[in-house]
Amino acid sequence: MKIHIPTPLRSYTGGLETVSIPGGTVDAVFQQLTVKYPDLKQHLFTPEGKLRSFVNVYLNDDDIRYLESKQETAVKDTDELTIIPSIAGGMNL
Amino acid sequence: MLRIEYSDYEAIRAHGEETYPNECCGVLLGNHTAGDGAAATNHVRQIVRAGNTRTDSAHNRYNIAPQELVKIQRQARGLGFDIVGFYHSHPDHPAQWSKTDFAEAHWLGCSYVITSVEQGKAATTNSFLLIGTGEDDKKFEDEAIQIDIHARVAAISGA
Repeated sequence: MKIHIPTPLRSYTGGLETVSIPGGTVDAVFQQLTVKYPDLKQHLFTPEGKLRSFVNVYLNDDDIRYLESKQETAVKDTDELTIIPSIAGGMNL
Repeated sequence: MLRIEYSDYEAIRAHGEETYPNECCGVLLGNHTAGDGAAATNHVRQIVRAGNTRTDSAHNRYNIAPQELVKIQRQARGLGFDIVGFYHSHPDHPAQWSKTDFAEAHWLGCSYVITSVEQGKAATTNSFLLIGTGEDDKKFEDEAIQIDIHARVAAISGA
């Protein structure tokens, strides 16, 4: 399946915007992604292996956190995974 | 350096005036040119307005829904652009990044543009480049803004 890499993380995928990784579940795809591009791992996951709170992952148009099977959700080769860090802020007085 | 066309620069500032006294936010699409320090350029080719989901505290916080970001990133890909930055406004507050802006900034290498809007009128617009290799060493660096004025605009304005 295709995985779309956001601008700040492309330096860890050799500049690639899209990488293709085979896999049966979201979790398996991430396993293979971080084996192929090991420097990505610390930017996506905490040392405990949890997806970092500011990293959003969408399977097609769905946030994987809200999928019934979450990271164990089965994927097809035609599916697309998008990694998108959050955007927020404000003067917050 | 942030490079942006005059019309886009003005559109960002106008967005801040429209949403006053709330914060506006949006995404900058374009191309990144690598380089050391000031040689690195985020060249804006298109701006995309985004909705502020922080309706509970829109006067001093902003958040772009991730599903909207996914769509914007898809749009950028279709145009041959990347996400090179973001913008938001600070109503009646300086155009400087806040602790919240810094804590919530995760797009290394991207430009964060802030416009102060004073009593409904856009005042100062500054850009800050998020540099570093990760959450542990990230920092904002003041970034120069180059505003491109096309000949037609320059002729109209007498510039």
